[in-house]
Amino acid sequence: MAKSDVKLLGAWPSPFVNRVQIALNLKSVDYEFQEEKFDNKSELLLKSNPVHKKVPVLIHNDKPICESLIIVQYLDEVWTSGPSILPSDPYDRATARFWAAYVDDKWFPLLKELRTTEGEEAKAEISKKLKEGLVLLEEAFIKCSKGKGFFGGERIGYLDIVFGSFLGWLKAVEKIAGLKLVGELVTPGLAAWAERFCSHEAVKGVIPETDRLVELAKIIQARLKAQSAPK
Amino acid sequence: MESQEVKLLGFWVSPFVHRVEWALKLKGVPYEYIEEDIFNKSPLLLELNPVHKKVPVLVHNQKVLAESFVILEYIDENWKQCPLLPQDPYDRAKARFWAKFAEEKILSDGAWRAARAKGDNREKALGSTIEALEKIEGELKGKGKFFGGESIGYLDLALGWISYMLPVWEDVGSIKIMDPTRFPATAAWMSEFVNHPAVKDSLPPRDKMIIYFEKRLKELEI
Repeated sequence: MAKSDVKLLGAWPSPFVNRVQIALNLKSVDYEFQEEKFDNKSELLLKSNPVHKKVPVLIHNDKPICESLIIVQYLDEVWTSGPSILPSDPYDRATARFWAAYVDDKWFPLLKELRTTEGEEAKAEISKKLKEGLVLLEEAFIKCSKGKGFFGGERIGYLDIVFGSFLGWLKAVEKIAGLKLVGELVTPGLAAWAERFCSHEAVKGVIPETDRLVELAKIIQARLKAQSAPK
Repeated sequence: MESQEVKLLGFWVSPFVHRVEWALKLKGVPYEYIEEDIFNKSPLLLELNPVHKKVPVLVHNQKVLAESFVILEYIDENWKQCPLLPQDPYDRAKARFWAKFAEEKILSDGAWRAARAKGDNREKALGSTIEALEKIEGELKGKGKFFGGESIGYLDLALGWISYMLPVWEDVGSIKIMDPTRFPATAAWMSEFVNHPAVKDSLPPRDKMIIYFEKRLKELEI
């Protein structure tokens, strides 16, 4: 498939964009990447995603597809010659989708909150909830992996991509907040999986370096503080 | 053929449960319905859905599933008759996109929020809900009876609550969202939807819904 047939509008720090990049890598799809700036969105982005005006947007043969989970499923349904991303069994697929929704709707919002929370007590409260969520995800990992290395079993799959894409920000927030969330003691399965995931061929070079994200978080915080400061 | 034992844990007025029931009815899948009192959750519900403790929960041959959209896709993949999602991957992506959009902008943070809110917050919620409905109206224009054409499908089930529950919320919350002159395609779709054989006789009685939501409104004022 020609490179110009597939275009990804994205931004390097976005875990949602990273998901799509990993999926494209898994399927060995040639694509053109267009970096978008948060405060200066391109005409193409505004035209392709008028409803949300957000990245990622996949443009395939001039047709835009939006929302990271929807894009990943689309890629899986179109590029059927590559390795499957979703499991083949309907119940395993439902399980993967259930945990993907949990990670996006319940767990990640807490991580975002922790990034900007100040005060030891407040941070402790959120990190407690995050850790409880990680215990659930550890159990899910044990069930889904069936003794193998990934949520998808022997190979990386949907839930690996969905949850794994947050590992960059997870490590960054651990550094910013000065605490450890994933560790060998409470979540040994996830700790080993995280390393396995980040060193996978399709993932290497996609998830940004922790320090780069920490720097970006500092810049964003400073900008927000400046905007809300009394004039 | 393995025995198909299907149980559905639900709550009579939950639109999330209704959409699962419509899917099962459309596919002709027999199921046992178990009514849950969500204000007094049973040990069974807490055991089957410990993560969210919510209905609907589908149990199929001992396999437990939760989250209505996840359940819909499972039903569609497991029972091939009367397909709910379109065949074409791009059309599927669009159906999933609009279902998510409506769920976020018209249901949760939309109409129900507007019904409960006061003053500025009410105006804001009303405005964004109507804006979202305009986009749905755009999707329906020139489509035929339903979002997918002549047959009912995934997106219809996802938005179906609009046809019978939104009018109740408008009544109880004294808000006006669904103006048929402003949203003629949506109004026509609502009528097709409530009259569909799989939907018609399964809707909760209007007066019962009014009483229930009046009470909830008082309890959940924001």
